[in-house]
Amino acid sequence: MSSGETIWTDDPPFPENARKALTDSQLRRNLRKATTTIRERRNGLIGEMADWQELRAAGAAIKDDVLSNVERYLEQFEQAATAHGAQVHWARDADEANSIVASLIEATGEREVIKVKSMATQEIGLVPALARRGIDAYETDLAEMIVQLGHDRPSHIVVPAIHKNRAEIREIFLREMDDAPPDLTDDPQALAEAARRHLRRKFFESKVAISGANFAIAESGSLLVSESEGNGRMCLTLPRTLISVVGIEKLIPTFRDLEVFLQLLPRSATGERMNPYNTVWTGVTPGDGPQEVHIVLLDNGRTNVLRDEIGRQALRCIRCAACLNVCPVYERTGGHAYGATYPGPIGAVLTPQLVGVEHASKLPFASTLCGYCYEVCPVKIDIPTVLVKLRHDVVRAQRHPAEAALFAAAGKAMKGRRRWTQALRLAPLMRFVRRGGPPPLSRWTDVRDLPEPPRRSFRDWWVKEHEQR
Amino acid sequence: MARRVALFATCLIDALFPDAGRATVELLERLGQPVEFPLEQTCCGQMHANSGYFEADLVRRYVDIFDPYDAVVVPSGSCAGAIRHQHPMIARAAGDEALAARAEATADKTYELSQFLIDVLGTDDVGAYFPHRVTYHPTCHSLRMLGVGDRPLRLLRNVRGIDLVELPRWDECCGFGGTFAVKNVDTSAAMLADKMEAVIETGAEVLCAGDRSCLMHIGGGLGRIRAGIRTLHLAEILASAEAA
Repeated sequence: MSSGETIWTDDPPFPENARKALTDSQLRRNLRKATTTIRERRNGLIGEMADWQELRAAGAAIKDDVLSNVERYLEQFEQAATAHGAQVHWARDADEANSIVASLIEATGEREVIKVKSMATQEIGLVPALARRGIDAYETDLAEMIVQLGHDRPSHIVVPAIHKNRAEIREIFLREMDDAPPDLTDDPQALAEAARRHLRRKFFESKVAISGANFAIAESGSLLVSESEGNGRMCLTLPRTLISVVGIEKLIPTFRDLEVFLQLLPRSATGERMNPYNTVWTGVTPGDGPQEVHIVLLDNGRTNVLRDEIGRQALRCIRCAACLNVCPVYERTGGHAYGATYPGPIGAVLTPQLVGVEHASKLPFASTLCGYCYEVCPVKIDIPTVLVKLRHDVVRAQRHPAEAALFAAAGKAMKGRRRWTQALRLAPLMRFVRRGGPPPLSRWTDVRDLPEPPRRSFRDWWVKEHEQR
Repeated sequence: MARRVALFATCLIDALFPDAGRATVELLERLGQPVEFPLEQTCCGQMHANSGYFEADLVRRYVDIFDPYDAVVVPSGSCAGAIRHQHPMIARAAGDEALAARAEATADKTYELSQFLIDVLGTDDVGAYFPHRVTYHPTCHSLRMLGVGDRPLRLLRNVRGIDLVELPRWDECCGFGGTFAVKNVDTSAAMLADKMEAVIETGAEVLCAGDRSCLMHIGGGLGRIRAGIRTLHLAEILASAEAA
């Protein structure tokens, strides 16, 4: 059983994936409905917060402090967690993290584990990596379970099955879930009940659970998972062994900082005033909950991102996905088009930085720079600016000679008054290609007319009216 | 001493949409604020920057030309936004801190048209007359990068004779995005289709915006399907006056 490999490439590139996705009218309808619903709920709740902008600024400042002092906070976290009986492991990259987790599971003698929804484990491709070592990992978040049963990939950070409607979900359950009732309807309650019964068995049988964490509290060595279903809490409390894979940017300095983030996160993520389940644990509590607690601290490209003065703000991200829900591009293409674990605007700034722009060179261009993502980001990541900066990196990393020549020619014309005035005299030629030009102009004229060129440029009018009278 | 104000027309208006530039000049003159048009001006460099090509020379050119003025008016939210938010970054990427500082100073006195009218000239009624059904699309860079808020709408509401109708889903991007329109043409076309549907739904005969670039895209789409809806720059409506 596999939830699909992590894909970090331009193959196929975003524009091609998008073209395919755009022809799927069911997908377009599902996405529009779902993103509009979450967006409206979120906007309504933000409206009742008088100090929302101050909260955003505080969230950004706390995360910036963590990013500037990450080594100190990591050591503090390790010490505190260890003192409370947790075992802390360090993973430089995905392979190291996967092999640490696999070895820890093998040491328990178990072949089946349950999982809490986690982006970090998606990022490193943990489930397929475990499958290769003969370990089955079962997703227990309802939407992740739907995706896993459907041999599909998640398409959203918070609502990974956003691309499926309930009729499609019913079909997946009937086809793939061994204990699905044969008379299952697509009534949401019936679907949830079927999933509940299916998962209960897993919760009671499993001895090992895997999770990520929303926050890692440096002062106490605690981890926190926020969720809506309670399935996460089952995984975090019932099994004997708990292994959590945590990106190093998940740190926050103190427990008190949760005051800020537990206001920002639920409103931005699901449009709720608070998450129904916030589970915090600190190492091992004798006789209560998992008696063997492991924490795998994951770098996987993050320290490289820290080196970039503009790009590093992407590591403030708390994975709320508010930027996905407002993005006009995401709303139309869905998450799969981005070809990576992190889709949408945050994915377009995170993925190229984590894997290198040469491996995700189309993602920084998958945006109109409309700025809605920045407006809603609870930790004020200026995504449009980071996108532009990454476009600059892409251009420098791998020049597209024809495009570079075009821009060089245009740039040259714009650097001198005489050359520019001469270039403007060519505008009337546009008349001949208004409704159909040769490539690459055709990519404009395939869907829109070019304007009727004017008889004369603005400056020609100005000179005639103002300079010569 | 009288305020010296320059017009930065933008490359697009200079080359393809001179009427929007003329309207800006005529409107400001009617309001008693003459402008100069320094002929050395070309482009702010946004198209290059947003495509990944940082042209510090164009930033330097803009700063050199417009630094001597008390204020610069730009009939484009997108270009004004680029000048305010991108110029210092481009200068810094080229390692030119001195230019970055000058770019910030020049950006501080650069105003998008509706900002200039309301914040500098202090008027939201420019005495225009335009007896047509109009809908207004607040372009993303005006709205979010520059934060012009409802300034353009306040100006339009005070136009005599106008039948101003709200655009459904007005805060949604039209899908232009500069070279996005050709690099991601399919996604751009899908967004354009939704925007055109919203425009047509209003029954307006004129679609108005503060950016000729977005209007070139939406207008090009409306033209292709023969929708019979004109696109006009905000300046063109504000410059219209009742024949005496």
